[in-house]
Amino acid sequence: MEPFSANRSVREIKVVQRVLKVNERMAEQNRRRFAEKGVFAINVMSSPGSGKTTTLQKTLERIMPEIRAAVIVGDVSTTHDADRLAVTGAPVVQVNTDAFGGDCHLAAHVIEKAADDIDLDDIDLLIIENVGNLVCPAEFDIGEDARVVVLSVTEGEDKPVKYPAMFRRCDAALLNKIDLLPHLDYNKALAIGYIQQVHPGMPVFEISARTGEGMEAWIGWLREKIGSKLKAQSQ
Amino acid sequence: MHEMGIALQIIDIATASIPPEMRSARVERVNLKIGKLAAVVPDSLRFCFEIASKDTPLAGAELFIEETPVVARCKDCGERWTIEEPIFTCQSCQSGSLEILSGRELDIVSIEVAEEDGYGAVQR
Repeated sequence: MEPFSANRSVREIKVVQRVLKVNERMAEQNRRRFAEKGVFAINVMSSPGSGKTTTLQKTLERIMPEIRAAVIVGDVSTTHDADRLAVTGAPVVQVNTDAFGGDCHLAAHVIEKAADDIDLDDIDLLIIENVGNLVCPAEFDIGEDARVVVLSVTEGEDKPVKYPAMFRRCDAALLNKIDLLPHLDYNKALAIGYIQQVHPGMPVFEISARTGEGMEAWIGWLREKIGSKLKAQSQ
Repeated sequence: MHEMGIALQIIDIATASIPPEMRSARVERVNLKIGKLAAVVPDSLRFCFEIASKDTPLAGAELFIEETPVVARCKDCGERWTIEEPIFTCQSCQSGSLEILSGRELDIVSIEVAEEDGYGAVQR
């Protein structure tokens, strides 16, 4: 007898969901929590070696104690950045990146846990120093109010067009290490042109975290952002 | 770079989407929509998915990835076009005030599950 052949059919089941919805939900939860506590959260991103930690260290020295700040530092390993930032007196929580896809970015649930170690009632500003990487952190909302990208004049001028998603997602760019310009062939106008091409109108602050040049303009922008959130909340 | 994390999320969402009466069925294909601005490398995602889906109802399933272009609309003049290069100013009026209509997707659209509904299916 011939064996029956199965009447095999394929059924398509609609799903229609964002793959990162778990992260997005958690990010919204973080955002609500920061809002309730009156905390302005800023996500600082860059490629490795752009001077992000020095920039934050010098920023903290200028804004504290008037603005009460804390820092969450994401790093693949080591506590070097956290140690440098702790010198400023700001509470620092170090997170070494975890299983959500490895070492390339901070995800919302990591920030949720790290925030437990900070007294949110006691701060106005939460700085989140993301992992040095211009690709993945752009994809992961962590519940921040603003995003800033740091790039430096020792990198290629074309970083903005190589990583457009990052530069589009951010609210401001810091072009660091401008004290080195006399020693380099860096075409600053070209770099700023690329930023404007990818994100027209985005503020670009030219700074040297080392010498302090340009820091006031960037800090002015930051103060204004913090102020407008707190004002909106008190109304 | 985080394709393994994405693969794991896809497996979670797809597994949860299999109807209860089909729990023993095999998922043959997962249909995804991934925008060109999403930081995902399709080959790398397929590689991670193949490893991570072992011993799950998705083992051996094909990942079908529809890559969506970056489509923008100018908020000033209404021009609508596909962005091929990283230039985000309106091609018609040069305005920088754009709305990105597509290109950032990272969505599961559907799963395709094989049903064996012949009565003699397992007889030999």
